[in-house]
Amino acid sequence: MRYRRWVICLLACAAGAFSILPVWAQSETYQYIDIRNPFLRKIPLAVPLFKNQTGGPREDENSRKAVELMGASLDFTGYFKILDRGAFLFDPQKSGVAAADITFQNWTVIGAELLITGIFEQAGDNVTMELRLFYTIRSRQALGKRYSGNVAETRKMILRFCSEVIYYLTGNRGIFDSKIAFVSTGSGKKEIYICDFDGYNPTRLTYNDSISLFPSWSSNGQYLAYTSYKGGKPDIYIRNLADKRESVIAQEGLNITPAWAPGRLELAATMSFSGDQEIYLLTGTGKMIKRLTNNRGSDVSPTWSPDGRKLAFVSNRTGGPQIYVLDLDSGNERRLTFEGKYITQPAWSPRGDKIAYSGQVGGFHQIFVIDVDGRNPVQLTRDGGDSESATWSPDGSLIMFNSTREGPSRLYVMTAFGTDQRRLLLLNGEQTNPKWSSGVFN
Amino acid sequence: MQKKVWIVLALLLLVPVFMFTVSCQKRVQAQAPAPMPAPAPAPAPAPAPAPVAKMEVPAFMTERIFFDFDKSALKLEAQALLKKKAEWLKANPAAKLLVEGNCDERGTAEYNLALGERRAESAKKFLVDLGIDAKRISTISYGEERPMDPRHTEDAWAKNRNDGFVIN
Repeated sequence: MRYRRWVICLLACAAGAFSILPVWAQSETYQYIDIRNPFLRKIPLAVPLFKNQTGGPREDENSRKAVELMGASLDFTGYFKILDRGAFLFDPQKSGVAAADITFQNWTVIGAELLITGIFEQAGDNVTMELRLFYTIRSRQALGKRYSGNVAETRKMILRFCSEVIYYLTGNRGIFDSKIAFVSTGSGKKEIYICDFDGYNPTRLTYNDSISLFPSWSSNGQYLAYTSYKGGKPDIYIRNLADKRESVIAQEGLNITPAWAPGRLELAATMSFSGDQEIYLLTGTGKMIKRLTNNRGSDVSPTWSPDGRKLAFVSNRTGGPQIYVLDLDSGNERRLTFEGKYITQPAWSPRGDKIAYSGQVGGFHQIFVIDVDGRNPVQLTRDGGDSESATWSPDGSLIMFNSTREGPSRLYVMTAFGTDQRRLLLLNGEQTNPKWSSGVFN
Repeated sequence: MQKKVWIVLALLLLVPVFMFTVSCQKRVQAQAPAPMPAPAPAPAPAPAPAPVAKMEVPAFMTERIFFDFDKSALKLEAQALLKKKAEWLKANPAAKLLVEGNCDERGTAEYNLALGERRAESAKKFLVDLGIDAKRISTISYGEERPMDPRHTEDAWAKNRNDGFVIN
């Protein structure tokens, strides 16, 4: 525990981003949220305005932005019911923010089970925040952190605290460092874009002036593989995100649907140079390791089990597309899906127990999840239009997808149980193929 | 598409003229800007000038063939059209063919890329079985990325499930 916190602290200091000082000792990790079914009952959480130390106008503005971001980011997880500030019996400027100064009854009476208070101080461009999480029913502080850094780092500091809160409540670091790669037609062509987990700061990554599709993150977050026609036909490009250099997999025929293996720099992808579409295992620079499937017809869209020992993929070997699971150790393949005629786009949950996919219902695609043993297929989306391309958050709590429910294809996010469906972001053009990066990069 | 065919035609007619009038030692290179980024080696100007100069591409050579949903099997009309194409290819041995496999938007993008390739390969295999040299035929799949008709109707989908043909 303590060791890990210091490592994070050292890393942050080394990066020079800002310093994190764990000022209060934390007793234990409290498993307050049952991760097996966390969205049945949302935890009422109060996030009152922060107490501003100097009272300057810039401080006031940035403090308000910070507290709004805190509420929105925690709300994004689907675990909480963020309480309306209008009901609070609390004035942050007059009240204290530490346990001794808080009248917990004022919070329990409005139903808050968790409370986050903050002190916000801005001096020049430097911001210092003291943030605390309280468990109101026990009148007890659960977490306390102080963050200090440039005002431009406010978002990072707030998200770091959100990560601490989620870690305290679930034992998992959560999603706040993760990113989304997706395809957008904003420029008139399909290009790859990247944004933060919550849709913040969408940035165009490729300028291929061609068709670019199917982004896939390496598990260390340093490489992005995708398919593009920029060489005249569908080939796989592997981009080093740091130096922007690319290697290419351009065998004869199709080279599509790259999927990075968890924890190592290898990828599975579909290639058709043999005359048939098969899935191959490749090195991180695209060199052939071995052929993984061997069936007449299409084998596409591989997705790895989190232990890296199995692959789910789409095959039309029995007619229409269905999902199959390949055990890499034994080479055995079994069919996973039996309900529905057109089953594609499998995505293996980072927790390992479920696979999300797109299945056709009444002519439209909808997102489903199924147990890895093939039991309990559950339809999660029902809105009009197509909902496709499911991708899991790194902690397995959320699923992102693209949908035409509002007309043009856009990105949406929901809990892994299908609740809280909402649009991720509004951009020009249409957005498809979202791919959530794995966990914590820094 | 039609426009590109004319450009190619024009070039094919011009190239021999250049070769005879200007000089024979200056090899024609970069003369024909590939109209499509083709996967096969760039469509070199045909070496035998006489028959090529007369090559006229009839409309049926670029006529599309159509498929059923999630199918790459050739329908009877498609086979009839491919037979005509094969006859013409035999009569015009310098011509090369690019087959572009396309799908409607109702499938999903990844699987449709694979399906588009199978559609293009179906046509290629049929032509090869009729005696056309496989080296003269290249294929590419555009999946659902280049619909002929962008509408979201049965009519549009039926049009978009096709193989397109480019002669070069």
